[in-house]
Amino acid sequence: MKKILKYVIVDIVQNRIVIIYTLLLLIISLSVFNLESNSAKGLLSLLNIILIIVPLICIIFSTIYIYNSSEFIELLVSQPLKRRTIWASIFSGLAISLSLAFFIGAGIPLLLYNADATGFMMIAMGLFLTVVFVSIAMLAAGLTRDKAKGIGLSILLWLFFSLIFDALVLFLLFQFQDYPLERLMVFFSFFNPIDLSRIQILLHMDISALMGYTGAVFREFFGNSMGIMLSFAGLTIWIFMPLLFSLKKFKAKDL
Amino acid sequence: MNEEGNACFPAKKQIGMNIKHPFAIVNIAFLLLLLTILSADAKTITVGKSRSVKTIQKGIDMANTGDTVLVYPGIYKERNILLQKSIVLKGINHPVLDGENKYEILSVKTKNATIDGFRLQHSGRSEMRDMGALNIYDSYRVTAINNILDDTNFGFYIQNSRSCTIKDNSITAYGKNEVQSGNGINAWRSDSLLIIGNTIKGHRDGLYFEFVTNSLVWRNISTRNVRYGIHFMFSHHDTYIGNVFEDNDSGVAVMYTNHIYMYNNHFLNNWGDAAYGILLKDITDSDISGNHFTKNTVAIHMEGCSRINLYKNAFYDNGWAVKIQASCDNNDFTRNNFTGNTFDIGTNGSLVLNTFNGNYWDKYEGYDLNRDRTGDVAYHPVSMYSMIIDSNPAALVLFRSLIVSLLDESEKILPGVTPEELRDTRPLMKRLLL
Amino acid sequence: MITAKNITKQFGKLKALDNVSVSFAKGECIALLGPNGSGKTTLIKALLGMVVPDSGTIHFAGQDIANKWRYRNQIGYMPQIGRYPENMTIAHVIDMMKDIRKADSGKHDEDLIESFGLKRMMDKRMRTLSGGTTQKVSASLAFLFNPDVLILDEPTAGLDPLSSELLKQKIIKEKQNGKLILITSHILSELDDLITEVFYMQEGRLLFHKKLSALKEETGEIKLSKAIAKIMSVKAV
Repeated sequence: MKKILKYVIVDIVQNRIVIIYTLLLLIISLSVFNLESNSAKGLLSLLNIILIIVPLICIIFSTIYIYNSSEFIELLVSQPLKRRTIWASIFSGLAISLSLAFFIGAGIPLLLYNADATGFMMIAMGLFLTVVFVSIAMLAAGLTRDKAKGIGLSILLWLFFSLIFDALVLFLLFQFQDYPLERLMVFFSFFNPIDLSRIQILLHMDISALMGYTGAVFREFFGNSMGIMLSFAGLTIWIFMPLLFSLKKFKAKDL
Repeated sequence: MNEEGNACFPAKKQIGMNIKHPFAIVNIAFLLLLLTILSADAKTITVGKSRSVKTIQKGIDMANTGDTVLVYPGIYKERNILLQKSIVLKGINHPVLDGENKYEILSVKTKNATIDGFRLQHSGRSEMRDMGALNIYDSYRVTAINNILDDTNFGFYIQNSRSCTIKDNSITAYGKNEVQSGNGINAWRSDSLLIIGNTIKGHRDGLYFEFVTNSLVWRNISTRNVRYGIHFMFSHHDTYIGNVFEDNDSGVAVMYTNHIYMYNNHFLNNWGDAAYGILLKDITDSDISGNHFTKNTVAIHMEGCSRINLYKNAFYDNGWAVKIQASCDNNDFTRNNFTGNTFDIGTNGSLVLNTFNGNYWDKYEGYDLNRDRTGDVAYHPVSMYSMIIDSNPAALVLFRSLIVSLLDESEKILPGVTPEELRDTRPLMKRLLL
Repeated sequence: MITAKNITKQFGKLKALDNVSVSFAKGECIALLGPNGSGKTTLIKALLGMVVPDSGTIHFAGQDIANKWRYRNQIGYMPQIGRYPENMTIAHVIDMMKDIRKADSGKHDEDLIESFGLKRMMDKRMRTLSGGTTQKVSASLAFLFNPDVLILDEPTAGLDPLSSELLKQKIIKEKQNGKLILITSHILSELDDLITEVFYMQEGRLLFHKKLSALKEETGEIKLSKAIAKIMSVKAV
């Protein structure tokens, strides 16, 4: 796998879009920390970037990259390589390059300006979301041969995880207002990697508010090391599930 | 923390003091002077295990007005020592008075007495009545200073007393729940008390006042109590300066009182679904200024309050900076800093009878074209989602998600749910140095 | 060397391969001919394991290739359209291929790299290359590892006449080295000097598989193009 991975990474990190993405993250991160009067507000802006922009860029860029590499993938398949090796290399190449982009663009400014538990958690969650959405992109690209359909599907998936899912949860909350839904909410959050990440960061940023009302439930579940482990495990499943599913598709695919 | 850099009181426990009431210090000085004069021809009785007078009670019995009973180090298990004379009871290197987990340790019923430098430990506990380690009944000008109370039920138990001073004592209990614990300093029906520089830990309420008036609570630290850091009711005209209330299970709750003055106190880390930096219930005609509220679930919760002036307070990193119920009126918030709070203001109704002008809000996104240092458009500190959470607490799990941000933004453009009148018409552009 | 038995492959309603059986021997140079969509490329891809047949078996050097990948060590493949990651340089691509097939390093056949003059442009990125140059890279890669079998899909499309000729010479040379070479091409005139057998497909079916000499004899034509034209017209009648 190393054989191809190295070259895939070299290719992606030189990609114009990845470079622009890195610089954009860097400019935004530096400016929110320098322009905002307090770092809490800067963190809030970064939170939105991590939860919304990072998944969007990762899923769309990865999908397009996979489609654009179809002939290259064909060539690799004609070589003495296992298909699993090829697919894993492309996934790892995308995941590593985009994680690197995120780390340089947002991670380093966070370390410079906000090197506390909140900052570390934001970096961890940004990296997780990067890899999860690369994995989801692999699935979207694996499901359909048509590039336009594939990109459409990945935008739809992004929209689902960042907006529609939460809207449905909110709707449920109001429909069943009279029932104790806290535990159910915790359960639901595992079905959306963005929610899982958001809650972990929330536990650091808005800990005071979360400790009120339903806070007890969240603290019980997410606040202790067991909850953090479970969240990380959940995110790890979110990385491997779409990836393994797409690999299954790719193995049986006619190129 | 201390943004003023006010160095009036370099004392180690103190954080950011303003002398608003210098008379307190003059009072103490005068008292000490008086004692010195009175004791000019007084004698000193020494008590010690290896001396002729072996028990403290015997020493007290032998003393006359103005005498000093000097107690040497040792462990004294004398059940409840009774002090009914105007004398100075002074310990050398904190002699230990042990209550053997059964008895009250020292009861005072006198005027002009001083208890200085003892260690009172293992006081008794009773289901039937409140047992204090050091009781002060019906007294006048009794001073308890520099004592260590350890593993006590109620620490100081003061009733029907006037002008007593509790100063520089360390009061520690190991309470596990509200029912079995007592209060650190419990005062009832008293007047003109000075509670200064005490450190109180692990009680039910750190300080508990009922019908205590014209008193000063100054530079005390009340932490890790199983209920409130301070809890009072019907205690009018009291002043609270430079105290620290930290990590108490339910924060601070004060009720049914008028004319309270709270300056430069710190309310920290009071987390929980019923924990408040300070809960103000039916408090009227009061002044709350220069206080720091940091990392509380709710920094100030107000219900039934009227005519309170809240100014120059710093609200930092709280869940809700202020929750103000619709039952409050004529309260004024001005020149406060609101920074890093999840929600600035929460309320439960649309009726707004309070004012919020001239504060600094870090969430304010307006502009100042005329350069008068206040924003040109009003700030609405109540966010739509805080009202949603108020009616549906589980919705907090969606906070800071895209859908919620969109809802909040649309509410800002077209207000429908949040009270339109609750606003700051001249929000400050720059944070105040508090 | 390669034998396929009754392979069938269907894409939706289209039967790309319909019960095709072939046997290709070492030392031959075989032209895969047929109109567009006749299944040539699908056959090649099936041999390379890129397309999995619905039924039938393919043996490579006596081994069933289903779910195998090592046999491809002995194949050099030049695709019809080569597209490479755009930020890789030619050197990157060649190094990567060498890494992938590091089995017998040192015995790389860099003839084509030399003769195409790729050495001078090793640092150029793939996205800056013309179609022809990209084809040159593809061709060089196919020959680079001295494989026993060469599969060339439209090898001369997009190449200038000079490079085309260089490639032809290389193919002849490798044929003489006893390799099995499969070529698809539309330009029949080019194949005259190269091939020894003709494999003709239509609508996914094998129409005929003959020695070139036999074909010429049958039709009495010298040129491959004419011979094919004649045989097709006979069939049509």
